[in-house]
Amino acid sequence: MSLLEFSHVSFTRENRTIVNDLSLSIEAGDFLSIVGPSGSGKSTVLRLCCHLISPTEGTIHFHGQDLMRFNPMELRKQISYCFQMPYLFGDTVRNNLEYPFLLRNKPVDPDRLEELFAAFQMSTSNLEKEIQHLSGGEKQRIALMRSIVFQPEILLLDEVTSALDVANTQIVEKVIEALNQAGITILWITHNPEQSRKYANKILTIDTGEVRSLEAIR
Amino acid sequence: MNGSAAIQTSSLLIASSLVLVTLFFSYWQKLKLEKETLISVIRAVIQLIAVGYVLNYVFGVKNPLFTTFLLLFMTFNAAYNAAKRGRTIRHGLEISFFSILIGALVTLTVLLLSKTIHYEPYQMIPIGGMIISNAMVALGLCYKQMTADFKTKREEVETKLALGTDIRASSIDIIRDSIKTGMLPTIDSAKTLGIVSLPGMMTGLILAGASPLEAIKYQLMVTFMLLSTTAIASFIACSLAYRAFFNARMQVK
Repeated sequence: MSLLEFSHVSFTRENRTIVNDLSLSIEAGDFLSIVGPSGSGKSTVLRLCCHLISPTEGTIHFHGQDLMRFNPMELRKQISYCFQMPYLFGDTVRNNLEYPFLLRNKPVDPDRLEELFAAFQMSTSNLEKEIQHLSGGEKQRIALMRSIVFQPEILLLDEVTSALDVANTQIVEKVIEALNQAGITILWITHNPEQSRKYANKILTIDTGEVRSLEAIR
Repeated sequence: MNGSAAIQTSSLLIASSLVLVTLFFSYWQKLKLEKETLISVIRAVIQLIAVGYVLNYVFGVKNPLFTTFLLLFMTFNAAYNAAKRGRTIRHGLEISFFSILIGALVTLTVLLLSKTIHYEPYQMIPIGGMIISNAMVALGLCYKQMTADFKTKREEVETKLALGTDIRASSIDIIRDSIKTGMLPTIDSAKTLGIVSLPGMMTGLILAGASPLEAIKYQLMVTFMLLSTTAIASFIACSLAYRAFFNARMQVK
């Protein structure tokens, strides 16, 4: 049984078909790069995965069960989505990184936060930093940290390195690779062809909402 | 009240020529508001004359049930108008009616219990009208702000949803923003009372011959009751209306 299975999924909004008849199987531990021109429907595929939108036709199954049968809040804790435009809330970095604990009614684990800062090669002193004083790259890394405070089963990444410099891109790539090696399934949208081939075991090419190719490279 | 200044009908007719100034500006500046202005003036004249006769009758009927019925009728009309500002909001009419009703009910109850006013039509109808219409304007602003925010802040809401947050927590900033938008005009007008303007009720009492100190007491009562009704109605309406922007699967529509 596939971890996530798209069966003839289409998504139409305001008479415009954004995803058309997409069938796709994602196995546990896969690292899938999704590539394609802007506006081809890549982000819509990720939004469908974490149930921010529902297919207008077809079905999506997670662990063999229709997504429509899951509690959306619980599902989204298992299928985590990191957006292209990082949105941080509250006043400080701490507000953002403690949020996942509050959501799960769990005490904040300082060791886990320290571990995350270490992985992203950032100082824990950033915890008290006000979000308005963060650079675009820092915001993106904090948003990514927030998505993985509790390890999800599937991590959806929407061009998360597009605002990062070379050094920070490498740091983030390392973290993502480590997460995949730890068993987390990754679906990653990237415009960088080299990046898409470096870590992925499958590459999905989409154009105008339709699958052009699904290539297994490892 | 002494020294009351009665207005002669002939004086009012002369004053009505001031409407021509508005029409002139509209025509001169090509604002295309001539028709709208004329309609509004004609409507104001007809409505006020009608309401004058109605109030004359209503104030004579000392039946509390009749007064209650009129207050409910006013609330329904206000809710209907407020709901028009939030057409995309499901159950907008019911939400608006409930919010204005509770806001007015709490405020009027406090005023009645403190014996500031009595359950007499000549007090309940004008005071009820003031707070109900103020709440109506506030709700219209709330809905407008909420609809705009859900368009412009969709990604923010979805970021929170994607973390596994429920729809209320995901929309809390929008809810707060909308409540604030509804309340700010009332707060601002309270801030500038006596500095920028002498408000309608106070001016009316002074023109009718009441002492300024007596008029101030009434005006303060009006200010307090407008603030409380607006706060209650805006809070209830926004706390219920945000749900209309989500479907049953906790997705932004």
